[in-house]
Amino acid sequence: MAMTLEKTSASSDWLTPIQARFKHCYSGASAQSSFLLDVDLSLPGKGITALFGPSGSGKTTLLRCLAGLETAEQGELVVAGELWQRNNVVMPTHKRPLSYVFQESSLLPHLTALANIQYAIKRAQARVSAGEIDRIVDLMGLAPLLHQLPQQLSGGERQRVAMARALVTRPRLLLMDEPLASLDTARKQEILPYLLQLRESCDSPIIYVSHSVDEVAQLADFVVALKAGAVVAKGTVTEVFSDIHFSALLAHETGAVLHGVITERDHRWGLMCVAFNGGTLWLRDSGGDTTTGQPVRLRILARDISLALSNHCDTSIINRLQAIVTELVAEPNGAMALVKVKAGACQLLARLTRKSVHDMGLEVGKPVWAQVKSAAIM
Amino acid sequence: MPFSEADIGAIWLTLRLATTVTLILLLLGTPLAWWLARTSSWLKGPIAALVALPLVLPPTVLGFYLLLVMGPSGPVGQMTEALGLGLLPFTFWGLVVASVFYSLPFVVQPIQNAMEAIGDRPLEVAATLGAGPWDRFFSVVLPLAKPGFVTAAVLGFAHTVGEFGVVLMIGGNIPDETRVVSVQMYDHVEALEYTQAHYLAGAMVIFSFVVLLSLYGFQRHSRIGLIAGRSGRAR
Repeated sequence: MAMTLEKTSASSDWLTPIQARFKHCYSGASAQSSFLLDVDLSLPGKGITALFGPSGSGKTTLLRCLAGLETAEQGELVVAGELWQRNNVVMPTHKRPLSYVFQESSLLPHLTALANIQYAIKRAQARVSAGEIDRIVDLMGLAPLLHQLPQQLSGGERQRVAMARALVTRPRLLLMDEPLASLDTARKQEILPYLLQLRESCDSPIIYVSHSVDEVAQLADFVVALKAGAVVAKGTVTEVFSDIHFSALLAHETGAVLHGVITERDHRWGLMCVAFNGGTLWLRDSGGDTTTGQPVRLRILARDISLALSNHCDTSIINRLQAIVTELVAEPNGAMALVKVKAGACQLLARLTRKSVHDMGLEVGKPVWAQVKSAAIM
Repeated sequence: MPFSEADIGAIWLTLRLATTVTLILLLLGTPLAWWLARTSSWLKGPIAALVALPLVLPPTVLGFYLLLVMGPSGPVGQMTEALGLGLLPFTFWGLVVASVFYSLPFVVQPIQNAMEAIGDRPLEVAATLGAGPWDRFFSVVLPLAKPGFVTAAVLGFAHTVGEFGVVLMIGGNIPDETRVVSVQMYDHVEALEYTQAHYLAGAMVIFSFVVLLSLYGFQRHSRIGLIAGRSGRAR
């Protein structure tokens, strides 16, 4: 069971049809906002790859280099076997079979929602059937909005039109620059289900820029973390989120991401059981539309895990997993330490005080019990 | 009939001149405005200043230089003679050329401002949707800069109707060839024909007022400022 649940890592979908190598000096408005983008990446040809990092880390610049909206002084970009850039030989943006969803509304203001979508269809390299267009319009829930002008639409509606416009051209690469960042929480919740559906239904790779840990944990299959123009971590979402060095970027949001399946629901106590390849967890049943057998993504924050040397049955914590310490990192000049433990085939992170680490005599290879106080279903 | 036959001729000539000049200026001014709106070349400043010169120069200065350049010993004059076109000064087409220079800033600046107000984003959007440079210009820039074009056409037309100094210098006073309304007015006043002058002057005031009123009405509708085309277009 364990291996079938881990749907990421080394399957053939994760071969590398996007090869991107860029050296680009980005000069912002001020000296602080200038940096050298220097990356050499192989990105998967399917699923959502998140470019994650704080503002000024170069993630949007990298996305613009992929789109050809900015030209890196040095670089080589090959997408699905097609050369898009080799140093100063650059395929212009309009010839690249890509779509781009901008951070803020990017609808052409003089065209209705429908005309914006048709603008893209008319110029697309791939032919799209009318049925496919209707399906995308339905997917994004746009039917009642088609004849409105952009200024008559709300921010969330505009972003949905922009996403539909990006999809109808059947792009070979879909680029999204923080499509949710300009929206308030309610609007984000309105769009997120569409993005989750997109992950399932889009055949092309999606590169998704975000500085929100939640969005990345929820959406990404593959993560590239950037800092000051350089890659600090990359890998599948489970790998990167359990990487102690990547965690330095997240601070209090540090936590592992796991894939699991709902196996059982206990209506008496309002709990449900989620199995993952490190054991099982009983979580509060959120009700709603979750069903038994449904794959889910879990996030367990490091601060929600405590470690014990023996299995305590006399505690209020019902989720206790047998694990082995695999890595320890103490915060420099801080009271806290991050401990990576392996439960089954899964890596979890626990945030403890340095004193606890010392008192418990924790070291690599030591067996422990991980007590999970809570886990969120993404 | 308040207007004499000569007055009607002058009015007709003025409308013909202003229409011709406006059309030529929209054709020449659009690429010039586009270049000024997009370029980062060091030439932008000097060219923009040259375009704006007629705003501050006395029309007689402009007329004087054009007279020299287009005259028999000027380079343009020698060229037009060599081409068998004759000399431009004191002809209708001489007036057209002079008026194009004179009204240039009134056409270029509104278009340039409207184009600058579009910003990079809609063009980048169009590029990611597969639109090439010409496609982007016609499908994005022209529609979005439309208010600028309307302002430019109205101002270019009205300003050509109102010119006097340049006409006197380069066109003289030839009936149905170069005698436009403003010159005809001047003749009436010189000849102490105040009644005739009143009719023409009144007609000019009403024309100008109506033109500007409709322009302001249009601009309030499309929410852009006079000359300066920026400000709050709904995004």
